[in-house]
Amino acid sequence: MKFIARSLCTFTLLYFMAAPVFADEAADLAVIRAQLNTLQHEYSSKIRSLEARLAKAEDEAKAAREAAAEAGKSATAAQATAQSATLTAEASTTALQQAIAEAPPPPPAPPASNNAFNPGIAAVLNGFYVASSRDTQNTHLRGFATGDEAGLPLRGFSLGESEVSLAANIDPSLMGFLDFSIKDDNSLSLEEAYIQTKDLPGGFTLKAGRFLSGTGYLNERHAHDWSFSDAPLPYRAFLNSQYGDDGLQVRWLAPTDQFLEFGAEIFRGDAYPAAGAAHTGQGTVTAFVHTGNDINDSSSYLAALSYLHSRADNRDTSGHFFTGNDDLGILSFVYKWAPAGNPTVRNLTLSSELFYGHEGGFYDGTAFSQNRFGWYAQGVYQFMPQWSFGLRYADLGTSNPGPALSGSLLDDLGHAPRAATALLEYDTSEFGRLRLQYTHDESDLKPNDTLMFQYTVIYGPHGAHRY
Amino acid sequence: MRKILIGAALAAVALATPAYANLSVFACEPEWGALASEIGGDKVSVYTATTGAQDPHQIQARPSLIAKARSADITVCDGAELEIGWLPMILQQSGNSRIAAGQPGAFEASRYVRLLEQPTRLDRAEGDIHAAGNPHIQTDPRMMLPVAKALAGRFAELDGANAQFYAGREANFEKRWNAALAKWTAEAAPLRGVNIAVQHHAWIYLENWLGLHEVVPLEPKPGVPPSSGYLAEVLQKLQATPAKFVIRAAYEDDRPSSFVSEHAGIPAVVLPFTVGGTDQAKDLFGLYQDTVNRLLAGLKK
Repeated sequence: MKFIARSLCTFTLLYFMAAPVFADEAADLAVIRAQLNTLQHEYSSKIRSLEARLAKAEDEAKAAREAAAEAGKSATAAQATAQSATLTAEASTTALQQAIAEAPPPPPAPPASNNAFNPGIAAVLNGFYVASSRDTQNTHLRGFATGDEAGLPLRGFSLGESEVSLAANIDPSLMGFLDFSIKDDNSLSLEEAYIQTKDLPGGFTLKAGRFLSGTGYLNERHAHDWSFSDAPLPYRAFLNSQYGDDGLQVRWLAPTDQFLEFGAEIFRGDAYPAAGAAHTGQGTVTAFVHTGNDINDSSSYLAALSYLHSRADNRDTSGHFFTGNDDLGILSFVYKWAPAGNPTVRNLTLSSELFYGHEGGFYDGTAFSQNRFGWYAQGVYQFMPQWSFGLRYADLGTSNPGPALSGSLLDDLGHAPRAATALLEYDTSEFGRLRLQYTHDESDLKPNDTLMFQYTVIYGPHGAHRY
Repeated sequence: MRKILIGAALAAVALATPAYANLSVFACEPEWGALASEIGGDKVSVYTATTGAQDPHQIQARPSLIAKARSADITVCDGAELEIGWLPMILQQSGNSRIAAGQPGAFEASRYVRLLEQPTRLDRAEGDIHAAGNPHIQTDPRMMLPVAKALAGRFAELDGANAQFYAGREANFEKRWNAALAKWTAEAAPLRGVNIAVQHHAWIYLENWLGLHEVVPLEPKPGVPPSSGYLAEVLQKLQATPAKFVIRAAYEDDRPSSFVSEHAGIPAVVLPFTVGGTDQAKDLFGLYQDTVNRLLAGLKK
């Protein structure tokens, strides 16, 4: 009973709606015809079939209209026919729209605003909470006179570094990159400011300005791109976490299927391990070779051998001065695995670097010569989307600097620094990351246990990451 | 050490001698690699950077890809920001100006069709959205026609001596493609108006072609993995508006669609998404034949 009543209501309603639908339909048909005319040249064959369908739709609509004009007695039938006519007309319209969709789109209108040439601006925000059994600012890496950036984040809440970068093509031949960071103490520092060539022939690329050296594997990656919250011990001890300076870089990529890249750099020599811009402002030279390839569908590798020579004139490390030469060789190996090369769900990155170097000259006026080495190995495994787990072990060592310097920072007092780290990471997306990191650190005489909580977010047009 | 370096350099030069082919093509996705082979024949050598088992949004900028891009004459990619997470790094590190953005050697298929789902709000809070519109145009085979035409034109521009050859192969492809299109469209007729659920917002063009009706996606926002709470919402929606099946691409994690398939009692249909996504999708023709076959099989389950 209810069903019949509802059906009756529906039919009555549809009947009254039918009349205006016919008027709209006539207007629609006119529009469709106009569209047909314009498209006819390109789509003549398609159009012919569509026209046939349209004509049929018109006939049906006309029949429906006539039936409707007869009114009352056959409202149900008229409604049904009208509906089918509408459907057919709709089908024709859809077919037409599809035909239009296949046509090439009109060229996009150029942006009219005068800021259309603004560079890509990206910001990296960071935040730390550090709980540690000893003050992170008062621990030393035994045997090494380290720079001012070699330490860990402050105890308690702190920001670490907040970064802003601006990147853009300057013209067809050059691109520019500017990156500055604001530290906890509100000091601004220019991390990178360089230009790079885009169209040199033969696989060459030149870079000039202030930039992070291509030495090692981690060095030229920005801190927010590292797998752990802090740099591994050898980077902190040998390179003050990261070596960047003012200079010139040339890279050449060999035209081979095996990735093979050679690079060389010359720097002013103002940043640790160099100092004082020795040799008339050409205090550091480096050379490196990178090679890598796929092992199979699921795994790939990158290996690198780097050499860095720097000269220090009165390098100041917490009130102690070094003048002399520093030589450093780094052997790097990175292996990545993802099932069938699809890292979305699970993936693994293993990396290890071996540092071997020599420092010789005068430390606080005392002549010395010292061999130094360090290494780390780390693995990060993403075990499900957004979640990963990592482990790292690092170790340092120095030879005896001689009796005159026993008890100084260069004397490891029989204690080789080492640290073991575990990491749990949750990514809110590829632009947001939360980390919980625990380190048991024996780099000073007494061990330090540190728990670090870190967030890192990136916003703005952030470019793709290096391998 | 020095000897090893010199040896390596010599080996590099020896390996550098190019194999014979007029154009060296770096295809970002298998469907565009397959199309480049259809149009270019033996006048091009095609390297395909990704496989059907990989998510084209998330590719690591591996050394092997940089090495291949170094000597490419043209990249044939989807564009519309699909490759934004990896291709720019490869281009930059390759130092190859022939394939830099804006050069004739940078071909983007999505420029030659009308993109759907252009976002009205450009905000990362909306998930992994693409400013130009939905980039997954290859799920509709009709898109291959304008792209093939444009690609033949581009090959001719870079390799004028073989312009006739490319145009001829394009015309031949168009003929065979139109015949195949008619066949697939006829076969797929029972799919018109069928309700479906999708795992990723990647099927709008397929839905458009076959008249499928998307009831609900299994991700709250494009590229955002579903939480269990969201999947519960999906199940509720599917109770109100039942779908015939849930589809996912071969490269995608099977867990969300398996979960929904199990709890909503509808089959999960795995589609190749690109050439090589399934064993049957061996080439472009196989890709769409297999897509239609699998959808029809899903209807019968």
